[in-house]
Amino acid sequence: MRHRSLGLLGIVAFGYAFLYLPILSVMIYSFNDSRLVTLWGGFSLRWYAHLLEDEEVLEAALLSLRIAAVSATVATCLGALVALAMQRLTRLRGRLLLAGMITAPLVMPEIITGLSLLFLFISMAEWIGWPATRGATTITVAHITFSMAYVAVVVRSRLAGMDESLEEAAMDLGGRPLAVFFDITVPMLLPALVSGWLLAFTLSLDDLVISSFVSGPGATTLPMLIFAKVRLGVTPDINAIATIIIALVAVGVVTAALLTRRREGAASS
Amino acid sequence: MSDETTTLGGRAQRWLQRAVAFPYVWLLLFFLTPFLIILKISVAEPLVAQPPFTPLFEWGQRGIEGVKLTFENYAFLFQDGYYGIIYLSSLKMAAIGTLLCLLIGYPMAYYIARQPARRRQVLLLAVILPFWISFLLRVYAWIGLLNNRGVINDVLLYLGVIDEPLTMLYNDFAVYLGIVYSYLPFMILPLYANLERLDIDLLDAAADLGARRWQAFIDVTLPLSVPGIIGRVLWDEFFISRDWPVASAVSIILVLLLVAPIVWFQRVETREQEAAR
Repeated sequence: MRHRSLGLLGIVAFGYAFLYLPILSVMIYSFNDSRLVTLWGGFSLRWYAHLLEDEEVLEAALLSLRIAAVSATVATCLGALVALAMQRLTRLRGRLLLAGMITAPLVMPEIITGLSLLFLFISMAEWIGWPATRGATTITVAHITFSMAYVAVVVRSRLAGMDESLEEAAMDLGGRPLAVFFDITVPMLLPALVSGWLLAFTLSLDDLVISSFVSGPGATTLPMLIFAKVRLGVTPDINAIATIIIALVAVGVVTAALLTRRREGAASS
Repeated sequence: MSDETTTLGGRAQRWLQRAVAFPYVWLLLFFLTPFLIILKISVAEPLVAQPPFTPLFEWGQRGIEGVKLTFENYAFLFQDGYYGIIYLSSLKMAAIGTLLCLLIGYPMAYYIARQPARRRQVLLLAVILPFWISFLLRVYAWIGLLNNRGVINDVLLYLGVIDEPLTMLYNDFAVYLGIVYSYLPFMILPLYANLERLDIDLLDAAADLGARRWQAFIDVTLPLSVPGIIGRVLWDEFFISRDWPVASAVSIILVLLLVAPIVWFQRVETREQEAAR
């Protein structure tokens, strides 16, 4: 038993090391004095100072975060609804069509998704005048559309293995559908909702191809900006902003963990 | 349908039926319509113009006067073995890549799901965190690491494990490393959502290896990585040879070839569950 868990721990450690090796390299080189990304020229904070003056990068980062947060939240709601309907409704008109539409975005090559949505937005603007300009809104719509498919898959597989007796009991006792839904179904689905939200958020934050297609003048997300900069060669200030993002999230996670520990400690004593 | 198979009460059914209309309409508008536009391009002829394909309808004074469509783009795909070979080799790469993902991802998801609640959240975020910085940076970092004079080779040389630098870039090794790295979180998160249970015991853990657990793998990771690989080819078709109709036809075929088995798989699964009840 002990032997087996040691093996498991080994794989887990390897997995995390694998995920963080390139990140570590990005972080180390953000403190590099040299302009060359692959050559160490001594410790320096100059790229961080450089970053503070660069409003473009900060704006792009904020825009990306805003789009990711909104699209992940909407996608989680819509995707979960689709999963619930497919799994729980006995009668659903056009079930096959819905199944196809919620699966296809998973396998659509990004370039097709981006291009086809661009065509759609152009025709819509001609016919009904919306969207008048392409930018943050159209990017958000595009991101919601493909990320709800991921949420739906995750929620569906959770629902498939879920015990329905609790919900049935609550219904039998006369619980209102909405109340049962929010008091019982949602908490039971929570791990899937959290996973789905994180997936959607990450997909949105990291998307370059689809955003580039459906964006317009004035809306530059961080990956778009980085891509534009990388064309001229990676500069260490991009490493610096990556390091700041990682650091901010890490601090947030640790703080949240400490806060819940303190609250739990206070509750138990 | 009898009420016996209904697991939710009538009111809940009606409520859900109404609520699902919203995502339904959303998908019709933002997924199906664009998809039909691509379908339309796939039956057009390529043109050296802007946009680079012929219109489907010929507009005259009294409206639509003619429809112009061709299936040559599809015929071309089946005559030209090139696309079949690419599709098969992409499928093979995706399968091997996702299998490698599973080898690392499954134990990780399993481990995370069995931690105390608080630690679980932290570990889960730690999986996804590297993906919150642009993939371009991660790729450049890997290039730096895998280089003949990169950190990994330096360390191995220093330790005396190897005598001369290993070639780890621009070959199959690099491709699989890239696939595993890119899709590992997309393996771990769905698996985690599935493995996380309130009642976990060892017997359950053994059952976890059963068929249903493969759903996340087949549903998410595998289909996700195929278009990632084929996408590269499409890019060339769209922007280098500028043959939009053929590129559209490739996409349509690709989507149908992948979606049909997945939807079929889901239906079989749902039926099995209903039979088991």
